[in-house]
Amino acid sequence: MSAVAQVAQSPAARNRRRAGTIAIGLAAWVIGFIFIVPILYMVLTSLHHPSDAQTYPPSWGASLTFSNYKSLFSSSDGIGVPLLNSAFTSLVSTALVLVLAFPAAYALSIKPVRKWSDTMFFFLSTKMLPLVAGILPIYLFTTKVIHMPDNVFVLVVLYTAMNLPIAVWMMRSFLAEVPGAIIEAASIDGAGTMTILTRIIGPIATPGIAATSLICFIFAWNEQLYAKVLTSVSAQTGPVFVNTLIQTEHSYLAQLAAGATVVSIPVLFAGFAAQDKLVQGLSLGAVK
Amino acid sequence: MTVSVAESSALSTPAAGPPVATYRKWDRESWVRRAPLLPALVFLIVVTQLPFVATLVMSFIKWSAQPDAPGKSFAGFDNFKTVFSTPAYRQAVFTTIEMTVTVVVVSAVLALAIALLLDRAFIGRGVVRTMMIAPFLIVPIAAAVFWGNGILQTGFGLLDGLLGELGVHNAQNISFLTSHPKLSIEMALIWQWTPFMMLILLAGLQSRDPEVMEAAQIDGANAWQTFIHMTMPHVRRYLELSIVLGTIFILQNFDFVLGMTGGLNSTNIPYSVYEVFYSAKDYGVASALGVVVVIGSIIVATFGLRVVSSLLTEEN
Repeated sequence: MSAVAQVAQSPAARNRRRAGTIAIGLAAWVIGFIFIVPILYMVLTSLHHPSDAQTYPPSWGASLTFSNYKSLFSSSDGIGVPLLNSAFTSLVSTALVLVLAFPAAYALSIKPVRKWSDTMFFFLSTKMLPLVAGILPIYLFTTKVIHMPDNVFVLVVLYTAMNLPIAVWMMRSFLAEVPGAIIEAASIDGAGTMTILTRIIGPIATPGIAATSLICFIFAWNEQLYAKVLTSVSAQTGPVFVNTLIQTEHSYLAQLAAGATVVSIPVLFAGFAAQDKLVQGLSLGAVK
Repeated sequence: MTVSVAESSALSTPAAGPPVATYRKWDRESWVRRAPLLPALVFLIVVTQLPFVATLVMSFIKWSAQPDAPGKSFAGFDNFKTVFSTPAYRQAVFTTIEMTVTVVVVSAVLALAIALLLDRAFIGRGVVRTMMIAPFLIVPIAAAVFWGNGILQTGFGLLDGLLGELGVHNAQNISFLTSHPKLSIEMALIWQWTPFMMLILLAGLQSRDPEVMEAAQIDGANAWQTFIHMTMPHVRRYLELSIVLGTIFILQNFDFVLGMTGGLNSTNIPYSVYEVFYSAKDYGVASALGVVVVIGSIIVATFGLRVVSSLLTEEN
């Protein structure tokens, strides 16, 4: 607000403005609450005894317990192994994505190849083709040709390919922020490629690279279609396991809520850790 | 299989490039520049493009993996004829379009409204922003199974419970999930994707030039005029981007159909590909369905890449 505009405001107008601000705040809080309610209710349900979790009317105030979480982790066919499989596939595929995407992003921004934008669009167009359209050949190849059914390494390869286009786009946008003049000055002063990478590009691009890895981790962790089709027991991932918690005979909802909560916790952490760069990353670097 | 070539040729105008003479085709320098790109390109082509080629080939083969099925044979366009003449598959095509359009349009409108609210200063804005982002950070299949079982399930779901508390007669028998399966899935998807679009739109709103906005206010523009003539033109590109990205993800949605209805009266194409391949084991028809999804995606992508490329050219 400039001084001119402030002087021009009468007390009545100021009051109207204040009322407007309160109304906006109230509306925002109500909408925010509506969006968070399903998550709060999921957590509340996961803390109820199985018999209290699926009643009509709902037992809002029933006593709380951690027993659902305990039984999820204690049994040998519980969520422990699937979570480890998810962690392994997500972390290893993210590491591979970085190894492949960083040089590619470098060749598309710092020392761009000819027609670099054509290459960028090739990467992006592979992302626009749905995963499901390639699933049958991949299934036949892994089970009938290389005989690797139910194998975490197959998922690692697929998730690496799934995230590579996004990672190249994100990293290019982060590397493009490194001022070309600094790199030029350094190389005139005799700095080699390694020095430029570690001393100049590294420090400037690190937050962006971190955000890229967090977003790739999230997408790999969330993936469920390939995991469901290509794994059965030993390579089963967390999201596939959660879907198996649906039962019809017993009171299953509390256990299901606990599983859904546990499997989402790493994504919530990764998402909020990446928050500052989340928009730039998810918009493929188009939004600063 | 890809749309990049035709699309982006318009982008690389000759004027923007360096003189051709400095890049001779087999010149060592250009290969040094290209080398870091090759591992990623080769890996991507092998893992993502070859399966699509295989799918395309298989869509012309009569191939069922049922134990009593006859052997493989050339099918011509029979698999495609099956896809377009079977009511269930035609329905899946319509369901996919209906779901994608509904979810993207409603999410975009909601996201714009919420972003406009969050762009204003009020007490606890950071907290509300965090609350708004959270739905996007729930694992999709986890969100799907909880919406299907904890919220919309007949009797013990949150919705029936709340309706009962509000005094609705016989609320425990309201079966939203079976009476409105598509709407149920759309609700859950809107809940998850509105935050994503809102984040992009909020970033767009916050990149407006505050001095220009203030100048408009001093010159006597009212809130509605400022919104229509200044905010909207600026936010349009961000709106387009969020719609394109949202469409790419929602078109491919599989988890919410599986987790909420198991495909009951709500099968979309990704789910029917899965079903035909995994349960019915008709590999030929599943592949033909896959090809149909790819063609649909290319249509969306052609428009989508244009939007993204306009953002990219602006950057340079």
